Formats: sequence, structure tokens, C-alpha cells
Amino acid sequence: MARATEVAPGDAVHKGDPVVVDRYTTGARINHWITAASLVLLAISGLALFHPSLYWLTGLFGGGPNTRAIHPWIGVILFFGFLGLFIRFWKLNLWEHTDNVWLKKIKDVVTSNEENLPEVGKYNAGQKMVFWSMSVLIVVLIVSGIGVWEQYFGGYFSVEQRRVAVLVHAIAAVMAICVWIVHVYAAIWVRGTISAMTRGRVTGGWAWRHHRKWLRELVSGK
Amino acid sequence: MFPPIPNPEAKPVEAKFGDKDLIKRSASNITPAAQRQTQVAKLIDVSKCIGCKACQVACLEWNNLTEEVGINTGVYENPHDLTPNSWTLMRYTEYENPESGNLEWLIRKDGCMHCEDPGCLKACPAPGAIVQYSNGIVDFVHENCIGCGYCIKGCPFNIPRISKVDNKAYKCTLCSDRVAVGQGPACQKACPTQAIVFGTKDEMKQWADKRIKDLKSRGYNNAGLYDPPGVQGTHVMYVLHHADKPNLYSGLADNPRISPIVEFWKGFTKYAGLTAMVAVAGFGLLHHVVAGANRVTEHDEQEAKRLAGK
Repeated sequence: MARATEVAPGDAVHKGDPVVVDRYTTGARINHWITAASLVLLAISGLALFHPSLYWLTGLFGGGPNTRAIHPWIGVILFFGFLGLFIRFWKLNLWEHTDNVWLKKIKDVVTSNEENLPEVGKYNAGQKMVFWSMSVLIVVLIVSGIGVWEQYFGGYFSVEQRRVAVLVHAIAAVMAICVWIVHVYAAIWVRGTISAMTRGRVTGGWAWRHHRKWLRELVSGK
Repeated sequence: MFPPIPNPEAKPVEAKFGDKDLIKRSASNITPAAQRQTQVAKLIDVSKCIGCKACQVACLEWNNLTEEVGINTGVYENPHDLTPNSWTLMRYTEYENPESGNLEWLIRKDGCMHCEDPGCLKACPAPGAIVQYSNGIVDFVHENCIGCGYCIKGCPFNIPRISKVDNKAYKCTLCSDRVAVGQGPACQKACPTQAIVFGTKDEMKQWADKRIKDLKSRGYNNAGLYDPPGVQGTHVMYVLHHADKPNLYSGLADNPRISPIVEFWKGFTKYAGLTAMVAVAGFGLLHHVVAGANRVTEHDEQEAKRLAGK
């Protein structure tokens, strides 16, 4: 089932040499980098308390007690930051039939044989999986995180509930960090991607190669 | 009567144990002290307790703690629960024994059990915030505590409490400072009926045997020692008249052990988690080395130009 449009507000094509395509608005980029910075800080401070060999990372936050105090607040920022991204991006991340075809040809994906893949809209199946897994994991993390936030919520949960919360929090965090690694790696591997989130635009060639359906719709002014 | 511990001499004494006598240290790999000191234990004989709370007072007094003035809700417990200031608490249960028809007043002095396998220490993420000395005492080192509350999750007895004032965890120290100079804990010193006695763990077990024999001769056929094997024994033990039903005593755990959730979290997850992250990153690196970057070609740019039009 095809969506009405693959185009988000702010996306635009500019003719020239090379063709330039606007992919993310200034608002979206600021939103993204606030979320990104929070996630990195959360990963570092969380890992510091996750494995003793990484405890020295607490030094970056001004010691153990500060790390313990700051981590959950950064989590609150991450939650609202990601909520903003979710509201912006969820529609174009809805799963479509062509995403299944894309996934079945994962071999062509990892070997960069994109000519064998169905034409992709604004997001491919891999990006959608990153988006949805992060969405689910961040909800799990904020809910379980409140259960572990001893300073303010310690009295609201039984010890057994807190044990479950801390285990779920740890597992979800490991998964989120793994998804984050995939996200960052993909952005590095597929050259020309990072400018989408730094300057907000990509080249026409990048759009043609990786998100042709999106480019076609932009050009046809749908 | 158990021979009382003599009063100390007036001149200062060298501490009998310290940092060199650690056998476990939270979030650290240490070489346990080669030689274990004689293991100590506190024995709480519930059958001899009169519920006077002298132990609670002595604990506050010795540790220089002040409890807030509370509210009477019609129960004997005062305060209502362990707090960051009240490291020990008398808990009262009125039990109607179905066999004898008697009303029994079961009074248990609650507090840290000083487990041989301490769950708090296992859960603690801060190096050196919880230590176990070779004599069995489990102590919190507050300058290393970060106030995360993981010890609460690790403890099978629900003992540690986090202070709202300094965000650090507090619990009974077994008066490690007193024991270090040859004294017994303050609560033991204050107990007027010798319901609390202190000595080596072996002495305490022997003394408990005598007490249990006495209780059995008085018709408490299920009298016994509470030294739960699920945490490899404890350095605070109870003599219970109903040792077959510890739960009668204000919910004393029947078979305490470190929660499997905590074991899984601090065991498998800790190692598998790091491995997973390193594996995903390693896979990315490998992929880049093998497959190389996915670059936009000049052909792609031309196609885009053709599509975008003149």
C-alpha cells in the first residue's frame, strides 16, 4: 500500500550543479542533536554504573554521586527530545510492503547494489527499524528508569518491582546502544548522509541513489 | 548467663581489623585477605526479648543519630520502619498459636543480617562503597557511596535506606568500630535480658544450641537457629521459638537468597551487554573494511540533474 506522499514539510529540490535537496529543517536538526547529545551522555553515564571497569567514566560528570543525580535528568531531556522527533518523523516511517522486499534483499543492501532494490521513499526499511526500535526502547527506558530513580520515586515501588525495573533498564539500554551504533555506522558508511543532519541538505545524486522515490515525488511536486 | 564482654581499658587500642582484612569489595577485583579473622556473630534470642527498645536507643546513641519525632498510629513499632537513622527496629507480632491457643508476642529486632554472601555488595556499582571484612562484618563506606539504591535491590532482607539529606545508604554496621577494639555492638551492650549476645560465630552457635535445648524442654518443639544457608549464613543470627515458620516474625524471610533477577542482572547481563555492544561495533568495522564506503557516483548526480530538469 503506497502512501500519499513521501515528502515531509520543508523538503525541496534546488536545481543546479549538483542538484541540492533539502532533507531536514533547522528545527528538526536542532531537535535531533539535542536528542543525540542526550543519548551519548546517557550511554556514557549509564555504562559507568553498569560495569565496574567503566566506573571511571563518572569522572566526566563530576564523580559518582553527580553521575547518579544527573543521569535521570538527561533521560527526561532525551524522552522529550525523542518525542519531538517522533512527532516529526513517525508518518514517513510507517511500514510499507516495499520495506519487506527491501529487507528480503538485505544482501544487496550490505553490498551496496542498490539498483536491485525497490525505490525507497524518505526512509528505507533499515532506517524505519532504527526509528521504531528506538521509539519502543526509549519508552521502556523512561518507564523502567522512573522505577530506578531512587531519589524521587524510591518509595512508590516495591523492592521486587525495582529489581525488575533495573534489569529491564539495563537490557533496554544495551539494545538502544546497539541500535545507536547501527544508526551512526550507517550514516558514516553511506557517504553524503551526515550533511542531511548538519546542514540540512544532501546532493541530488545521494537522493537519487538512496531515496529515489522521495526524489521523484519532490521533483514532480506531489 | 553468657559471660559479658569486659569493659575496655581507658587507653587507646589498635584497631583489630581494617582495610587489609577485606574479603569482598563492591565493584572491585581484590585479592581477599589470605587469612580470615575469626568470624564474629550477633545472636538475637527472640524468646528472651522483652521489647524494651534499649537496643534501638543504644544504636542511636552510639552512632550519634537522631530520629525524627514520629506519629503514633496505634502500633508498637517506633519508628514505623527502618530509616536512614534507625538502623535497627523492634518489630512486634501478635500471634495466636493454633496448637496451644496461646497469644504469643513475637518481638524481632530487625536490621542488617551481615550475610556471608551479601546481596547489597553484589549489586553495588561504586567501587569500595560496600566492603566485607574477613570477620564477616559487611560495612558501607559512605565516602564511596553514590546513593543509587542498588543495594536496596540486592538485599534479600530489605534493610538499606537512602538518606534524603545526603543521598547515601545507611544500615547497621554491627558496630564495626566497637568490634575493632574488642567490644560488642552497642545494642548488645544495652540489652537488659541478654536477648542479644555477641562473640565468635562458633560461640554463638554453641550458645544458641543451649538456648534451643532449653526452649524445647519448655514445649517449643520447633525452636531453632536462623542462620539461612541461602545467603551462606549470616553474622546476625536469631534463636526462634518457631524456627519452622520464620515468616511469623514480622515477615522474616523463610529462605532468603539474593534475588535471581539481581544475579542475572549482575551476572549474565553485565558481560553479555558489553559483548553485544562491542560485537555490533566490531561488525560495523568489519563491514566497512570488507564492503567499503557506499559512495554516490557521478552517474547518480547526472541522473538527479536529468530528473530535476533544466
